[in-house]
Amino acid sequence: MTEGKLLVKEKDVVVPGEVLASGMSYLPGNGTYRLNDNIMANRLGLLVIDGKVLKSLPLAGRYLPRKYDVIIGKVIDILMSGWRLEINSPYSAVLPLKDASFAYIPKGADLTRYFELEDYAVVKITNVTSQNLVDVTCKGPGLHKIKGGRIIYVNTNKVPRIIGKKGSMVSMIKRATDCKVIVGQNGIAWISGEPEMEVITVNAIKMIEEHSHISGLTDKIKEYLEKATGRKIEFNAEPAEIGEEVRAEETVEADSNGSGHEY
Amino acid sequence: MNQDLKNHINESLKKGVRLDGRKKEEYRPIEIKTGVVATAEGSAWVRCGDTEVIAGVKLQVGEPYPDSQDEGTMMVGSELLPLSNPNFESGPPGIDSIEVARVIDRGIREGKAIDTKKLCIRKGELVWTVMIDVMPINHDGNLIDIGGIAALAALKNAKMLEVENDKIVIGKRTDAPLPVEAMPIPVTVLKIGDNLIVDPTDYEEDVLDARLTVSILDDDTLCAMQKGGGASLTTKDINEMVDLAIRKSHEIRKKLKEAL
Amino acid sequence: MSKYTERENGRGFNEPRPIIAKAGVIKKADGSAYFKIGKTAAYAAVYGPREMHPKHDQDPKTGVLRCNYNMMPFSTEERVKPGPSRRSKEISMVTTKAILPVVNLVDYPNAVVDVFIELTETDAGSRCAGICAASIALADAGITMRDMVAAVSCGVIDHKIAVDLDGPEEHLHDLDVADIPIAMVPSTEEITLLQMDGKVSKDELFKAIESVKPVLKHIADIQRKALKDRYK
Repeated sequence: MTEGKLLVKEKDVVVPGEVLASGMSYLPGNGTYRLNDNIMANRLGLLVIDGKVLKSLPLAGRYLPRKYDVIIGKVIDILMSGWRLEINSPYSAVLPLKDASFAYIPKGADLTRYFELEDYAVVKITNVTSQNLVDVTCKGPGLHKIKGGRIIYVNTNKVPRIIGKKGSMVSMIKRATDCKVIVGQNGIAWISGEPEMEVITVNAIKMIEEHSHISGLTDKIKEYLEKATGRKIEFNAEPAEIGEEVRAEETVEADSNGSGHEY
Repeated sequence: MNQDLKNHINESLKKGVRLDGRKKEEYRPIEIKTGVVATAEGSAWVRCGDTEVIAGVKLQVGEPYPDSQDEGTMMVGSELLPLSNPNFESGPPGIDSIEVARVIDRGIREGKAIDTKKLCIRKGELVWTVMIDVMPINHDGNLIDIGGIAALAALKNAKMLEVENDKIVIGKRTDAPLPVEAMPIPVTVLKIGDNLIVDPTDYEEDVLDARLTVSILDDDTLCAMQKGGGASLTTKDINEMVDLAIRKSHEIRKKLKEAL
Repeated sequence: MSKYTERENGRGFNEPRPIIAKAGVIKKADGSAYFKIGKTAAYAAVYGPREMHPKHDQDPKTGVLRCNYNMMPFSTEERVKPGPSRRSKEISMVTTKAILPVVNLVDYPNAVVDVFIELTETDAGSRCAGICAASIALADAGITMRDMVAAVSCGVIDHKIAVDLDGPEEHLHDLDVADIPIAMVPSTEEITLLQMDGKVSKDELFKAIESVKPVLKHIADIQRKALKDRYK
């Protein structure tokens, strides 16, 4: 057996069919596979070397629902016993009556009193079946119907970078712009504040989205925010490590003031 | 559309700020290139923000219409390609595609952009037909205006074909330009609440109450119009919208001239 | 001896036309690409995985790949009437099948990945350009695929192999011209598209396939570079 040879570096952008390593001393992880003596990439991503395991962390791709994710959904249908939500994914989610509100909703009630078509809500995924049938709940801290503000869609793979470590990146944006911001794990984000500040918030989020793979991201965003708002920022965001698990919940909780259920 | 979100857009507009930070009467930067398609007699590529359109001109020969024996003919086609926006579906052109094509067509036709008399080969027998196709590559709103600008640029870029035995010689272009005599610029003004805006993104088009497209010649004569959207317009609205459209047409005309 | 001793366009017999490839050119799409070879140019946009309509086309075991090839009206010397034709439907089908062997959509049961291919200008080789663009766009959309799919057409002109025919070569009158569009998975050399019109011997067919292999690997490198350049 020949000595394994690594042909790429940590954090390189790798693409399908690219040979990442030759020889048998490396192992394929997520986003990579073995073809004869080589480890190859099978999706567009950032390379992460974890000991002998080579992984490609996705840079693109649509949101796949996962249990316990906090997401934002849009009501697209009113069902017999709940609502159907579009969640920026190939699959829609169902919000059942019993999970819509802490208040009792009697059978046959006018469901539009709770959620109307086109309403947005912050919800948590309670179940995902093998066929990707998705159930969500609106009962819980930080979960609520959205009022006012605006909605944007971002690349769901960049959500951890937008949120930052312990929500620090999004906190920095919120402090700089005085906007309320909720970023759903599914790439739907809600922003509410003064019009000019909302624009700055959106631009900052788009910047993170575009430059998520580069180093020095925090400084870049801080510099932009200071310039755009004309305010000094006395706060340092810690960007999430590439590949680090960051959950949208962390920002949602900080934002909800514990209320959320306003019926 | 979510009424809450619509109110929010309205409130922002009242303070003079659009979702992307533009002012109400501000166009996105426009970029124009001509001669981008080798197989077309004339072509143009126009980008405005994230909206990107290619227009191509093809020439054919055929019989004239019975009521205009000594004039060539023209037609604008357009398709809302499913390539350009997730909300467009495959299939035969829907009413939205047809409206875009017909409004651009009307401006060019009624503004007499093409001197159709010069497109007569033999009176009553053989005339040129000018086919202008406007295709969005990337659709982020304002397709009528951007498509209209692309169509004009493509017409200006077009060269005539050689004709032999009453048939066109395929691919044999001459040095003679198409007889383009006027540049009717279409400008669409949107009404959202009490606000008037130009050059909408598709998000803004989703929440419009009404819109008015006005095609404008270089002496500010109006040559075609189309009112769209579900809400009505007052005379005062129309007055302001036409004024705004005329002002914007000056800007766009300048850009177009620079590019040609 | 072949009477075709020198290519009219001055290219070497194994030399494709100049290629330009870009990824991420259509903002509204989940993935997109532009691929131009000579004077043949294709855009491709990927939407999905998304909900499949009509529902009876859903597959509960895997996501479905659905490619759609279309020529813009001004993309040939004779204007193309808008709307699907027998030709465009067949090319859409073989394009889907050319790419299917590399993509993995098992994580997306019942969903569809739509690929829309639009040719803005053509000078022969448009289905191959479409496949090249589609393959970049799919990778750009983050779809799991074990490799790119590269495609080029191989000509046999009076028994002489000539890679990547252009329009004038395809229409040479006084010589026999066969045209063989070929798509390949570069890492394994599996052939995923093979069509032919014209007459060749079996020997010539295999010579043609061998001649395009290095060209297709070169094209795949250009495709991969286009994806990487997006993140520069």
